[in-house]
Amino acid sequence: MILRIDNLVKHYGPVRAVDGLSLEIGEGEVLGLVGESGSGKSTVGKCVLRLTEPTAGTIELNGRDITHLSRRAMRPLRRDVHMVFQDPYSSLNPRFTIERIVGEPLLRHKLADRRETSRRVAEMLEKVGLRQEMRSRFPHELSGGQRQRVGLARALILEPKLVVADEPVSALDVSVQASVLNLITDLQRDMGFSCLFITHDLSVVEFLADRIAVMYLGKLVESGPTKEIFAQPRHPYTQALLSAAPVADPVTQRERRRIVLGGDVPSPVDPPSGCRFHTRCPLAYDECRTVEPALQDPRGSGHPAACHLVTADRVPDAAATR
Amino acid sequence: MTDTMAPPLRRARMWRRFRRRPMPMTGLVLVIGFILLALVGPLVTGDPAAQDYLATLAPPSAAHPMGTDDLGRDAFARIAHGAQVSLQAGVLSTALAMAVGIPIGLVAGFYRRWLDPIVMRLVDVTLAFPFLVFAVGLAAILGPSLRGVVLALGFSQLPAVIRITRGEVLAIREMDYVAAAVADGAGDGHIIFRYVLPNCASPLIVQATVAIPAAIIGEATLSFLGLGVQPPTPSWGVMLTTAQQYLGDAPWLAIWPGVMIALATLGFNLLGDGLRDVLDPRSGP
Repeated sequence: MILRIDNLVKHYGPVRAVDGLSLEIGEGEVLGLVGESGSGKSTVGKCVLRLTEPTAGTIELNGRDITHLSRRAMRPLRRDVHMVFQDPYSSLNPRFTIERIVGEPLLRHKLADRRETSRRVAEMLEKVGLRQEMRSRFPHELSGGQRQRVGLARALILEPKLVVADEPVSALDVSVQASVLNLITDLQRDMGFSCLFITHDLSVVEFLADRIAVMYLGKLVESGPTKEIFAQPRHPYTQALLSAAPVADPVTQRERRRIVLGGDVPSPVDPPSGCRFHTRCPLAYDECRTVEPALQDPRGSGHPAACHLVTADRVPDAAATR
Repeated sequence: MTDTMAPPLRRARMWRRFRRRPMPMTGLVLVIGFILLALVGPLVTGDPAAQDYLATLAPPSAAHPMGTDDLGRDAFARIAHGAQVSLQAGVLSTALAMAVGIPIGLVAGFYRRWLDPIVMRLVDVTLAFPFLVFAVGLAAILGPSLRGVVLALGFSQLPAVIRITRGEVLAIREMDYVAAAVADGAGDGHIIFRYVLPNCASPLIVQATVAIPAAIIGEATLSFLGLGVQPPTPSWGVMLTTAQQYLGDAPWLAIWPGVMIALATLGFNLLGDGLRDVLDPRSGP
C-alpha cells in the first residue's frame, strides 16, 4: 500500500470536515475521491500532505506512519508525494519563472545542482506538453491550462510515488479539461505513480480512476471499482450523483429517471443524526434517522456501502420512489 | 534578486499604463523636481546662512529670486537647503519604519498563532500614543535635531507598516503556492523570503509614497514648533516660524515654504495613487 488512511478525523473548530474516514491506495492505483463541495474531500488531500494537522486517526505513507511527524522529519518523505492544486491562478508563485517553479522541488531537496535542474526541467516541460520557451515566462503570461501543466510538472519532477490531485481540472474550460485529463492519464500510465484524484464530478474520473470512493459530509458512503460504481451504484447518494451526470446518448438520456435531491448539504457543524444522508434521501425511513449505518460489504465483493438498505441480496433504488 | 523581479515585458506594460494618465505623471514630475531641488539646488545657490543687512526682508528680485528674510538671507538658497532636510526626514524615517516594521509584520503574520497577538497589542498601544507628546519627549532626551525628528517620525509610521505587512502576509500564506512550497519541502525562511515577502511588496511601495509626504509635513511641524531642526540650519518648518512674524511686511517668506510643502506632498500622493493603480493586478490587463 502506498497510502493507508485509517479513521481520519479533521475538525476546524466546530466544523467536522472529515469525520472518521478510511481508505487505501495501492501501488500504481488511481483512486477517485468524489463528493460535493463541503464534503471534506479537499481536507483529506491536505492531511495526506500534512498541509493541515489531522485531529485524529492515522495516515501511513509507504508503510510509514506520518500522522504526527514534525515538519523536519516530514521533509525527506515529501519526495514521495506531491500535489496538484485546483486553482491555477493561486498555485504558482507570481514572482518565479516557470523554470524556477518546476525546479524548486529538486533544489529544495538538494537533488540536483542548477545545471542538472535546468536539464530535468526541460525534460519535464516536454512531458507535460509545454514549449521550451515557456521556461523564462512568468505565471501571469500563461493560460489556465498551461498553468495547470506547470503545476503538474512541478508535482511530478521528483517522480513521486503518490500524487494528490485536488480538482485539477475543475477551474478549466471544458475543452482544456479534456486535454489536461488525457495528459494526466498518459503520465500516470507512463510513470506509474499512485494518485488520489479529488473531484466533485464523477464523469471526470470515469476513465481515469481504478476505484472510486464517494464522500458525504466527512464520511465515505460507498467505494468500489469504477466500473461497478457506474454500473451498479449501491448507495442512494451515489445513485443520485450518477443520475445528475448527462449521458452522451440522447435516447438513453431522455429515458433516464433523474433523482433530484431536495435541499442543500447540511452543515458539517451539526451533521444530521443517524445516517447523515437521511435528510435528503428519498428512501429514508425511521432507522435512518437514529442509527448510523456502517460501511459494509455484505457480498464481499470489494464494494462496500454505508446504507441500511444494502443487504446481500438487495440494493436500494433511489429512482424507484419517483 | 533578478529572478524575483517582474520581467521587462511586464514593467514596460506598467510604465505604458502609468504614462498615459495625467495625474500620476504630474506627481512623478513634482517628485523628480523636489528631489532635484534637494540634490542639485544647494550646489547652485549660495550660502543659506550668508547675511546681507542692506537687503533685509527684500521682495523677490533678480539677485534674490524668492526675496530675503529678516537677516537678509536668500530665501531661495534656504528653500533649496530646506528641501534637502525635508527629503532626508521623509526618506530616512520611512526607510527606518520599513526596516523595522517589515520583519516584524512578516513574522507576526507568518507565526500568527503565538506571535501575532502580542505584536498586534503592542501596535495598538503604539497607535494610542500621541505623536507630538512622543516627539517632545524624544527631543527632550536627544536634544532637538534632525536625528530626533527621523526617529520620532519613523516610530510613528511603524504601526502602519507592521499592519500592512501583516495583513498581506495573512492573505498570502493562504495562497496555494505557499502550500505548494511546503509540499516542495521548503523551510519557513525560504517561504518567507522567496514567496511571502516579494508578493507583499506592492502595497508597501504605495505605503512609502504616503509615508514620505506625511514625514515631510511632520518634519516641518516639529521644526516649526522648535522640536526639530534648529536655526540657523534652514528647514521649511523653521522658515515658517520666522515668517509668521513678518506676515504683513514680507508675505513671500511664508508663501514659499508653504507652497513647497504643498507641492512636494501633492507630488508624492499623486504618484502613490498612480502606483497603486498600476501595481494592483486587478485594475487592468
